[in-house]
Amino acid sequence: MPVFDLSTTPLRELNSALHTLSKGANDTAFEIVNPRGSHAVAVGIDSPVSVEVRGSVGYYCAGMNDGGTVTVKGSAGPGVAENMMSGTVVIEGDASQYAGATGRGGLLVIKGNAASRCGISMKGIDIVVHGNIGHMSAFMGQSGHLVVLGDAGDALGDSLYEAKLFVRGTVKSLGADCIEKELRPEHLEKLAELLEKAGVTGVKPEEFKRYGSARKLYNFNIDNADAY
Amino acid sequence: MSYHNPLTPPRKSATFDDYTLAEIRRAAATGIYDIRGAGTKRKVPHFDDLLFLGASISRYPLEGYREKCDTSVVLGSRFARKPITLKTPITIAGMSFGALSGNAKEALGRGATIAGTSTTTGDGGMTDEERGHSQTLVYQYLPSRYGMNPKDLRRADAIEVVVGQGAKPGGGGMLLGQKISDRVANMRNLPKGIDQRSACRHPDWTGPDDLEIKILELREITDWEKPIYVKVGGARPYYDTALAVKAGADVVVLDGMQGGTAATQDVFIENVGMPTLACIRPAVQALQDLGMHRKVQLIISGGIRSGADVAKALALGADAVAIGTAALVAIGDNDPHWEEEYQKLGTTAGAYDDWHEGKDPAGITTQDPELMKRLDPVLAGRRLANYLKVMTLEAQTIARACGKNHLHNLEPEDLVALTIEASAMAQVPLAGTSWIPGKGGF
Repeated sequence: MPVFDLSTTPLRELNSALHTLSKGANDTAFEIVNPRGSHAVAVGIDSPVSVEVRGSVGYYCAGMNDGGTVTVKGSAGPGVAENMMSGTVVIEGDASQYAGATGRGGLLVIKGNAASRCGISMKGIDIVVHGNIGHMSAFMGQSGHLVVLGDAGDALGDSLYEAKLFVRGTVKSLGADCIEKELRPEHLEKLAELLEKAGVTGVKPEEFKRYGSARKLYNFNIDNADAY
Repeated sequence: MSYHNPLTPPRKSATFDDYTLAEIRRAAATGIYDIRGAGTKRKVPHFDDLLFLGASISRYPLEGYREKCDTSVVLGSRFARKPITLKTPITIAGMSFGALSGNAKEALGRGATIAGTSTTTGDGGMTDEERGHSQTLVYQYLPSRYGMNPKDLRRADAIEVVVGQGAKPGGGGMLLGQKISDRVANMRNLPKGIDQRSACRHPDWTGPDDLEIKILELREITDWEKPIYVKVGGARPYYDTALAVKAGADVVVLDGMQGGTAATQDVFIENVGMPTLACIRPAVQALQDLGMHRKVQLIISGGIRSGADVAKALALGADAVAIGTAALVAIGDNDPHWEEEYQKLGTTAGAYDDWHEGKDPAGITTQDPELMKRLDPVLAGRRLANYLKVMTLEAQTIARACGKNHLHNLEPEDLVALTIEASAMAQVPLAGTSWIPGKGGF
């Protein structure tokens, strides 16, 4: 297993190695030690590699991941797994702002808490947060699922499009055009699937409430101006 | 003899002129602000207010048909492993598929390629047609991230991180539902027919320190191959340029308030941002103060119409320019050929700016399949190439007259201003004087 020690190895060497794997390569499991908050760790992965990061990372870890499995044995800075296309990213600690921002696919699991704007502008990604999430999460979320086992901060789902939000705890406030919606059987099924994928045990889908778009702001109407 | 009191003619208010009165009535009737395309329509100091001096006893000219005047420009030489080289410093600005038809995007790619320059994607992602027809394609990285993906990042020739644009510094955008076809909706991951908001700021970074890390991420994803541009609207050109350089940009794109947009509030277009002319010298000064002039390239846009405008922008210190509105006009936008149809829309050729409504008679700012067919991308591409070549030739003509064997050798000393305002903004003397307002203590 290739091991990259970021206290002695330039970031460029790591990301370059992740991008140049030939099809059928044997060494597809990477270990990164001493990340020490480095930014842009394991970004632009474009093949089904697995990367284990032993420590905490800075901004944009696993950014634009497309098919890789990245596990961070620590916490992640802002923008973890931003614009993820596919694959899985697991943060064993907490995640800072914008976790999973604009993600188009794949699964992001945060075992601790996520700060503000988690899932901002999400476009198909699935995000499961074991703890709480901060304010303005799923702002302008277009599609995908955000599952929160704990509580959500202010203005959840503000200006939401078609992303589906599930919160088990309390929601401090809902954003413009975000409403609580019926939890139907297909949602329970999807929740069960996501909880299992995220390694959540002892929690039932029925414990969640679903939030989505009221779709009142989809086409501009001057009488809705107070909502913004 | 009877005496008649003389009548004075009716007098209208300069403050409440006909246009203002009509706008008040329109707002009262519709309950919505006016949304339109294009850039500012108000008169602001511009390149027309500058003149070149040409050669004289102390400067000798170059022969127009014999002596070479280079027009090439290299963009991205600071950090990128693969900088791009263009034959002409006139590039095509970012305009989205969605705002423009597929045929229009193809025409822009074809025209730019024939002329040896670059074209740019827009808010909505990269289409295969656009990539295929554009030899050099700049991929915009926008706040909405519509259509953003790493494969397209890697097949781009350069990446432009868009912070703002001249028509609306600090503003986002809105593509109204009537232009959201199945294909546009699919590229943007949104349902068909709903208004699509484009955010005014990026979702995962704020401020110059974050931008530096964002640029690092983009460079790492693309293995440091691609030049990275940072585009800003004309607001605080000195500091924005300095901060973009600090954040690691290879190229700064600076768009003045005459720069166009697909759709924004008229009040925004007309009242926010600075004229292009006022932006250039502060940006160049920032580059010079940092020792980065000509190392980080500066692209100026917003109201560039002719080779004279190009030459003036370059003389003031830009490395290249970008055109948007002028390129659309070259391929057929607002053409009098469609006057009858413009009239039906309540407008006239030359004034049509409801680009967001998708009813463009010229088939350019529309997703209507029938209207789109009106634009032949091959012919339109040829027209754009012709226009780009004429502009390049015009700029060369002026440069040779000033004795310059490269457009980049033009300099502020070659220019004078016709008005005090232009003199102050461009920081060149008022014609016939040695006076520049604000310089030399007065």
